Amino acid sequence: MTAGRSKLGSALLSALTLLLAFAMFFPILWMFLTSFKTEQLAIQFPPPLFFEPTLENWRVALLNSPFMQYLRNTIVITFFAIVLALALGIPTAYAMAFYQTKRTDSSLLWMMSTRMLPPAGVIVPLYVIFLRTNLLDTHLGLIILYAGMNFPLVVWMLRSFMLEVPYEVIEAARLDGANLWQEFGRVILPLLIPGLAATALLAMIFTWNEFFLAVNLTARDASPLSVYVSTFKAAQGNLFIAKMSAAATAAVIPVLVAGWVAQRQLVTGLTMGAIK
Amino acid sequence: MTPTQVATTKPPKQERRKFLSAPGIAFLIIVTQIPFVLAIWFSFTNWNLLRPDSQGFLGWDRMWRNYERILSSPDFLTVILNTIVLTVSVVLITFVLGLGFALLLNRPFPGRALARTLLISPFLMMPVAAAVLWKNIMLDPSFGLMSFYLSLFGIRNFYALEAFPMASVIAIVSWQWTPFVMLILLAGLQSLPDSTVEAARIDGASGWAMFRHIILPHLTRFIEIALLLETIFILSEFGVIFVTTSGGPGLQTTNLPYQIFLEAFSRQNVGRASAYGIFAVILANIVILLFLRVLRNNKKEVAL
Repeated sequence: MTAGRSKLGSALLSALTLLLAFAMFFPILWMFLTSFKTEQLAIQFPPPLFFEPTLENWRVALLNSPFMQYLRNTIVITFFAIVLALALGIPTAYAMAFYQTKRTDSSLLWMMSTRMLPPAGVIVPLYVIFLRTNLLDTHLGLIILYAGMNFPLVVWMLRSFMLEVPYEVIEAARLDGANLWQEFGRVILPLLIPGLAATALLAMIFTWNEFFLAVNLTARDASPLSVYVSTFKAAQGNLFIAKMSAAATAAVIPVLVAGWVAQRQLVTGLTMGAIK
Repeated sequence: MTPTQVATTKPPKQERRKFLSAPGIAFLIIVTQIPFVLAIWFSFTNWNLLRPDSQGFLGWDRMWRNYERILSSPDFLTVILNTIVLTVSVVLITFVLGLGFALLLNRPFPGRALARTLLISPFLMMPVAAAVLWKNIMLDPSFGLMSFYLSLFGIRNFYALEAFPMASVIAIVSWQWTPFVMLILLAGLQSLPDSTVEAARIDGASGWAMFRHIILPHLTRFIEIALLLETIFILSEFGVIFVTTSGGPGLQTTNLPYQIFLEAFSRQNVGRASAYGIFAVILANIVILLFLRVLRNNKKEVAL
C-alpha cells in the first residue's frame, strides 16, 4: 500500500490506524478503568476524566464473592486438559511427522473437521453420558472434553514444529543407536520447547474462554469462570457496574496477556496450521 | 505443503512407531464420534426427561416423528433464518472491517505493534465477558456509557438490545470476530513477495489497480479460509446470546445452538433436541466440506 506518498499523508494514515485500533480497544479499556472507580463515580455523567483509583471493587469482587472458587476450577480444568491433550498429542504428532502412511493426510483433515463440529449437535448425548457416568459437574468431565477439543490443534501445531527439526540431526542420533526415548528427549524435545509453549498458550486461550459445554455440563461445584461471568446479566444489588467490571476484567486478563505474548503463533493456531 | 521428509529405508522395528498415533486417535474417536452416533439414535426416540418411562425407540413407522415435528413447526424456519442472518451478517461486516484493518496494518509505522495488540484484544476476550461488557457497561439504558452519549442528543432510556436485539447481537459478535479476519488477512498480505509488488509498481500499477490485480488475487485463498472458518464458528455462537438477550424477545435472537439448549434443558425433550442437533451438524458439515475443499485445492501452496 502506497496510499501516502507524501510524509504528511503517511503520518495521517498512521494516526488514523492508531485511532481506529484505540476505538476497537476502548470498551475493554473502559471496563478496566471502571473497575477502579467507586460505584457512584462509575455511573456519574459526564464520566470523570481524572479520579482517585480505588481497589475496593477488586477486593469485594474477588474476595467477598465466589470468584476464587470459579477461578480455581478454571485453572484446574485448563491445566489438566492441556496436559492430557499434550500427552496424547505428542506421540500422535511424532508418528504423523516421521512415520507417514497413506492415510496420514486424510487423518489430519479428519482431525481438523472434528474441531469444527458444532458442540450443540452433541450436547444432549454428552449430558446423558455424563449423567450415567457421574461426570456431571466434575472437573474430570470437562477436562476430557477440552482435551478432545484441543487435541487436533496440538497435533497440527506440534507436527509442523517437528517437521522443522533438521532430519539429519535425527538420523545421526539413530545411527548412534539412540532409542525412541533418547531420540525424542535429547534431540527433538529441546528444539520443540518454543513450539510447545506456543501450542499450550493457544490451547489455554480456547479452553479458558469455553462456555457452551461448561454451562450445560456443570452446575455449581466444577463450573469455570465463564459460567460465573455469564451470571452478570444485569447491574443490580451487590454486583454493580464497578464490581462487575473488576470481576470481568480479572476473568479476561490471563487470556489477554497469553494472546499478546503468543501473537505470532495466533494465526497458525487459529487456522490449524493451514496458514503460517 | 512442506516436502515430506521420508527417510530412505527404516528398520522394521522403527516402522512400528507409526502406531504411536493410535492412543490419541482412539481418544478423539471416543470423544467426538460416540456422542454423535448417540445423537442420531436419540433423535429417533420420544425420550423426554420429564417422563422417565418415555425412553423408547419411536418404532420403524414413526421414527421420523421428531424431524416431522421440527420441520412443520413455525419456530424451525425462524431459528434457521436467525442462524443464517446472524452468521452471514457477522461474516460480511467482519470481512469489510478485517480487510480494512489488515490493509492499514500492512505498512511499517511507529506504533504498529501497539495498534495490532489493541486490535486483537476483542477476540481474546471470553465471549460471555464481551457480552457483559457491552450489555451493562456500554449499553445499559440507565448506567451505560453509550446511554450518556445518547442523552447528549436528547435520546433517553434507549436500550439497543431491546429496540434492535438481532442487530445488537450482530454488532457485539462482529466486534469480537473482526480481529480474527484481520489477523488471517494480515498474514496473507505479509506473505506477498515484495518483488511482485515492486515489479507491478515498475509496470506503473498503483493504488486501486495494484489492489485489484496484485493484492486481491493473492489474498483470495486467505479470504476463503478466514471466512469459512469464521462461518463454522459463528454458526455455534451461544455465549453472547445467552448473556444479552436469552434468545428473545420471543424467538427473535434464538439461533440453532440456543434452540437446542432450550429444547434440551428447559423443555427436557431429548428426542427433539437431538434431532435439532443433527440439523446443526448437517449445516456445519456443508461449510466444513467447503473448507476442506479449499484446503485441498491449495494443498500445493498450503504449509501443512
